[in-house]
Amino acid sequence: MAGFLVVVATTYLGLLAVTFFIGRVVPIDPVLAIVGDRAPAHVVERVRLEMGLDLPYYQQFWLYMKGVLSGDFGTSVLTTNPVMTDIRRVFPATMELATVGTVIGALIGVPLGVLAAVRRGSFTDQVVRIIGLVGYSVPIFWLGLLTLLVFYARLGWVSGPGRIDVVFEYTFTPITGFFLLDAILNRDWAAFRDIVSHIILPASLLGYFSLAYISRMTRSFMLNELGQEYIVAARAKGLSETRIIWGHALRNAAVPLVTVIALSYAGLLEGSVLTETVFAWPGLGLYITNSLQNADMNAVLGGTIVIGSVFIAINLLSDVLYRMLDPRTRSR
Amino acid sequence: MNRETISSRMRPLLAGAAFSLLLVSGGMAPAFAETPADTLVQAWAIDDTITLDPAESFELSPAEFIGNAYDMLVRLDINDTTKVKGGVADSWTVSDDGLTYTFKLKPGIKFASGNPVTAEDVAWSFERAVKLDKSPAFILTQFGLTGDNVTEKAKAADENTFVFTVDKAYAPSFVLNCLTATIGAVIDKKLVMEHAETKTPSDEYKYDTDFGYGWLKTNYAGSGPFKIRDWRANEILVLERNDNYYGEKPALARVIYRHVKESATQRLMLEAGDVDVARNLEPGDLDAVSKNADLATTSAPKGTVYYISLNQKNANLAKPEVREAFKYLVDYDAIGSTLLKGIGEIRQTYQAKGVLGALEASPYKFDVAKAKELLEKAGLKDGFSVTFDVRNTQPVTGIAESFQQTAGQAGVKIEIIPGDGKQTLTKYRARNHDLYIGQWGMDYWDPNSNGEAFTSNPDNGDDASVKTLAWRNAWDIPELTAQSKAALLERDNGKRAEMYQKLQQEALETSPFVMIFQQIEAAGLRGSVKNYKLGPSMDTNFLAPVTKQ
Repeated sequence: MAGFLVVVATTYLGLLAVTFFIGRVVPIDPVLAIVGDRAPAHVVERVRLEMGLDLPYYQQFWLYMKGVLSGDFGTSVLTTNPVMTDIRRVFPATMELATVGTVIGALIGVPLGVLAAVRRGSFTDQVVRIIGLVGYSVPIFWLGLLTLLVFYARLGWVSGPGRIDVVFEYTFTPITGFFLLDAILNRDWAAFRDIVSHIILPASLLGYFSLAYISRMTRSFMLNELGQEYIVAARAKGLSETRIIWGHALRNAAVPLVTVIALSYAGLLEGSVLTETVFAWPGLGLYITNSLQNADMNAVLGGTIVIGSVFIAINLLSDVLYRMLDPRTRSR
Repeated sequence: MNRETISSRMRPLLAGAAFSLLLVSGGMAPAFAETPADTLVQAWAIDDTITLDPAESFELSPAEFIGNAYDMLVRLDINDTTKVKGGVADSWTVSDDGLTYTFKLKPGIKFASGNPVTAEDVAWSFERAVKLDKSPAFILTQFGLTGDNVTEKAKAADENTFVFTVDKAYAPSFVLNCLTATIGAVIDKKLVMEHAETKTPSDEYKYDTDFGYGWLKTNYAGSGPFKIRDWRANEILVLERNDNYYGEKPALARVIYRHVKESATQRLMLEAGDVDVARNLEPGDLDAVSKNADLATTSAPKGTVYYISLNQKNANLAKPEVREAFKYLVDYDAIGSTLLKGIGEIRQTYQAKGVLGALEASPYKFDVAKAKELLEKAGLKDGFSVTFDVRNTQPVTGIAESFQQTAGQAGVKIEIIPGDGKQTLTKYRARNHDLYIGQWGMDYWDPNSNGEAFTSNPDNGDDASVKTLAWRNAWDIPELTAQSKAALLERDNGKRAEMYQKLQQEALETSPFVMIFQQIEAAGLRGSVKNYKLGPSMDTNFLAPVTKQ
């Protein structure tokens, strides 16, 4: 346990140091974001001193670390809020989107991958391959606009950009920040339908991209399992194909698959900048990118810590799941 | 493998598909819902809003919020932008020596909070802005106000009379124009001071209060036709009708700004009726909107001009013939008819159309032969190479590429260095560029704003205290600097206008600024939106007259 904590602490320190120094060598004057282009020289100079930018880098880093250790991540220049307040607001938006996206991706991707493996080389396999290929290669930005055009603008099946309609601006009170959950807690079904109608398109899109990855991986894991001797044994025993595939082969393929899905989930949690831009989704990806472009380093560092924590947490979680699913790892 | 096993194998797949369908069918809400009749919803990139405090705010989108939610002593007359009209002030007089301005306030008017608007509030708003000394404070301090003298120079004579004393006999038009800027907003002293925090005076900050600075960043204390109800950075801003407003009350109960950055996304939302107004449409989308029978467009020239500038620290670019040659190397017609269609008009002088003394002249045309001749005169017959810092947004990227191509025809090899906006700006401000393509918005609606920026440079040293655009390009111009100073003190409006025209003429001929165009702000509207009119500046995009049918 102690070893684990040391690893985590070192990871954080490394993460912070790298992000901090990258932020300092970026050729953007952080004062500009605060005072703007038209401020008189004396105002620029004063703000530079206030921000401690005249100090040597190591001293600036030390001051920052001291703040972080006492729970103060500083204030975002762009939003004027404490960074953690901002992240508490934007992270649930990203997490909600990523969760729905991953659920869609896994629920469709896994069966597709299984199907492709079982019917290896068939027409179905080719179709799944093409679906995967398109998912890998088409820019999400373009696909996002296209789906908006079709399903929102032309067909009117779903709501457009944003998380919720402005008509709910005065009636809907967020509790947890996860709007779907908040609507259920509020028993506000009109809002719930509206939120689903907003999230379905971007989430399906993210789901599609993770589906591409998940189905490919499922296929190769399944092919590996289907070639094992225990499958031959199961067939010899006269088990039905359904049980062999879903009960035995997939059960064993599930072990590495959990890691794949977890990693794809973690990837989505970083915030998909382009999806968030196209769908005007006020999430973490958009927040960090915007901050980075303005050299708002407190916000970037805060966001990095959150993403780092998410990665560590998800890795831990997939380790635990690994142990639960694979009895061999338990005895070790 | 019989059919039955296939279908049973398909079962989980079908279950997955059914689940997705369930999700989708849950989303069958009527997507074509109209926005509420008493609410105007606008899609706009509002991520430049970093504060709502008029003493600090100096960016574009907040100027519109402040312009609608606060009132100033005087306001720009949008029917004749060379004049001002009363805001909080009913009338005013200027003393014979030109040093004292006395304003009589409209009687009986109230802030949105219900507190009365008094001369004391006006005086305190001046004091607050000067003592906080944020970016736009120079608009007031240029009249000789300091933290030490502001309570004397800007003070309430009685409840309804505010007296403002300036240090020189400036042109009254200059003084009044400056007071229309958002820094001149009248703030509710009583309300703000309830939220002020005490400070420990130090060398950097000499006062024992923060004047409500921490609070007003995200709150509101004004008396305009709307009040600011809510702001979530990069997400939403909500204006609500101020029922205490003295003038004609807005027809709309509220105006909601949704932060949407993408032009294409804005257009889809406008077409679907999820927003009433789309504010960042690029030429292609604007064109499509104008052809849609359910939609309309509106536009107004804004006080922002775009230019290519030549750093005079570069020996080649410092030659007068090269400066002139570059003005012949821009394909104005092609740029105007394609890249700027609907969003800008070619303008070769640095004052925006509609400002006092703006010069209407466009002598330069794309002429490679003429440019070559000038380059030869400069001893650069075989051309030369320069770098060009360009931020990666349209239309500047397109203009830069066009210029790279046309200048190449005269043997000038341009290497474009693309960068993020703040990155190229950082380099420009440090005078480390060769060529730069920039935009300049007026700080306040007076010819001195651009006059000073483009044709004044009191100290060309690297550590100068005043860093104008002329300084950023190391253009050392003591004579023009003196002329631009003199124009400030000319009290005859006609003569003052002539002085600015002379400065522009000089810049047109000799400056290192190749002026390209004046920005036109365009918006796409739903057909139901009436009386939506964009003003000449952001803080004059007035929303009070807007109605929806």
